[in-house]
Amino acid sequence: MSPDLLSAPVTDAVPAPDRAHYRARAARRRKIVVTVSRVLLLVAVLALWEGLSRAKVIDPFNFSMPSKIWDQISTWITHGTALGSLGEQIWYTLYEALLGWIIGVVAGVVCGIALGRITFLADILGPYIKVLNSIPRIVLAPIFVIWFGLGPASKVASAVVLVFFPVFFNAFQGAREVDRNLVANARILGASDRRVTLQVVIPSATSWIFTSLHVSFGFALIGAIVGEYIGATKGIGLLVAQSQGTFNAAGVYAAMVILAVVALVAEGLLTFAESRIFRWKPSGSD
Amino acid sequence: MSAHTSPAIELRGASKVFRTPSGVPHTAVRELDLTVGPGEFVAVVGPTGCGKSTTLTLVSGLEEPTQGEVLVAGQPVRGVGDKVGFVFQQDATFPWRTVLSNVMAGPRFRGVPKAEAKSRAREWLGRVGLAAFEDRYPHQLSGGQRKRVALAATFVNDPEILLMDEPFSALDVQTRALMSDELLELWEGTGASVVFVTHDLEESIALADKVVVMTAGPATVKQVFDIDLPRPRKVESVRLEPRFIEIYREIWESLGEEVRITRERGAADVA
Repeated sequence: MSPDLLSAPVTDAVPAPDRAHYRARAARRRKIVVTVSRVLLLVAVLALWEGLSRAKVIDPFNFSMPSKIWDQISTWITHGTALGSLGEQIWYTLYEALLGWIIGVVAGVVCGIALGRITFLADILGPYIKVLNSIPRIVLAPIFVIWFGLGPASKVASAVVLVFFPVFFNAFQGAREVDRNLVANARILGASDRRVTLQVVIPSATSWIFTSLHVSFGFALIGAIVGEYIGATKGIGLLVAQSQGTFNAAGVYAAMVILAVVALVAEGLLTFAESRIFRWKPSGSD
Repeated sequence: MSAHTSPAIELRGASKVFRTPSGVPHTAVRELDLTVGPGEFVAVVGPTGCGKSTTLTLVSGLEEPTQGEVLVAGQPVRGVGDKVGFVFQQDATFPWRTVLSNVMAGPRFRGVPKAEAKSRAREWLGRVGLAAFEDRYPHQLSGGQRKRVALAATFVNDPEILLMDEPFSALDVQTRALMSDELLELWEGTGASVVFVTHDLEESIALADKVVVMTAGPATVKQVFDIDLPRPRKVESVRLEPRFIEIYREIWESLGEEVRITRERGAADVA
C-alpha cells in the first residue's frame, strides 16, 4: 500500500460499507450457498444410486437407476406410453384428482361450517362422523370401482372421501373457534345470522380451511392414483400398475417422478392463491 | 328519538345468572336498578370482575336477564336492537376487512346502499383522523388507531345508546387520555346516551355526568354520584381541579370498600 493512500482522507470519497449493506450481502451469499448445496445433494444421491446400480452393488433390475428412469420418461414423452400419449395419462389423473378435490372441499367446507354454526346438528351427527373418520378410507377404493366402474367416477369418489374429512374437521374447528367478540360485534352492528356466517365465520375460518387444502390436494392425488391402480382404462396409476406387471421398475419410478412434479405445481398454485387471499394477515413471523 | 317521558335505558330489578361449566350457577348481577336519561353519560365503576360488563350485555340484548326487566326507550329489550352501539374491551375490528370496509360494515349490515355507506364511513373516518388510512388492514395500525376505527364503526350507525366496556383499558396512558377527549368530542355532537364501564375512577369522573358505584360481585348498584363539573371538559386538565379531587375522594370512600371486599375474597380463594 502506498503511503499517500494511507494519509489521504479516503473515507469521505468511498463510504465504508455500512452494516445493513453488509448484512444484505451476507444474506444473499447464504442463499446462494443453500441453493448450491441443495443441488449438490441431489446430484450426489442420484450419482450414488446410478453408481451402485451400475456396479451391481444393488440389483439394477429391482432398483433401476436414474439414467434408465430418465430414458423411460423421455420415451413416454416422445413415443407415448402403451396406453396412449403421456399428456393424456397426466390429464386423466389430474382431472380425476381435481374434480374429487373440488367436490370434497366444497362438501367439507359446507358441512364443517354448518355443523360448526348449528350446535344441534353437531350434537346429532358428531359421533357418526367420528366413526366414518376412523374407517381407513382407502379401502373404499375397491368398492367404488365395483359401484362406479372403471371410468373416472370411481376415482373421483375415492378422492372425495379422502379429501372430505380433513377439510371438514378444519372448517368445523375454524367455525367453532371464531372470536366471540367479532360475532358479538357483528350482531351489534346489525348483522343477521346469515351475514354473521357469511361475513364473519367463513372469513375467520379460511386460514383453518387453507391449512387443510394443502394436505388434501395430496390426498386427492392419492385417491385418484389408488383408484386407477385398482382398475382403470387410463391414468398414471394404471401406468404404475402396468409397469409393475411387466417388472419395469424404471416405469414405476418414472410415474412417481411425474406425479411429484404434478403435485409440486399444484402446491405452488395453491400457495400463490393463498398469498392473494390473505393480504389482510400480518406477514411472516408475527 | 325516544319519548320524553321514558328514560333512554332502564333496568328494573335485573339479575343475570350464568351456568358455569361445572354446573354451579354463578350470579353476575342481582337486583339491578339503573336509569339513564336521554343524552346522559353514565360511568359504571366497580371492583374487577364484579359483573359490570354483564350490565352492558343485558342492555345490548346480547344476553337476556334471568329476572327483572331491561327497557330501552321505554320498550323491553328483545334481542339486539338497532339503536345500540357497543365498543368492546378487546379488539373487535374485522382483520380481513380494510379500515374503510370495517367502518362500512354497520350500515351495510343494516341494508344501507353501498355508495351511501361509503360516504358515511369516510365522513366518520375523517372525524377520527384516519382518512388517510382507509386502505390499511387493522394489523397495520397501532392499538389507538384500531380503537378509533372501532369508534368510527360504532358512531357511523348513529346509535341512540352507546355502550362501552372498558374501551381504552388496553391502551397506554397517554393514548388513553387522548382517546377520552376524542370520545367526548364525538359524543357531544350526537346526543346519544352512554353507559361507560371502567375500573378507573379517574376516567369515569372525567367523562361522566353520573358515576354509578357497583358492589363487589354479584354486583348491584351501591351508590350514584352526580358529577357537576362543567363541560366541555379536557381530561388532562379537569382532573387537576379542586372539585374533581373532592369528588374523587367522596366516591373512593364508597368504591374503596368494595375493592377491599373483593381483594379479601380473592385472598381467601387463594388460601
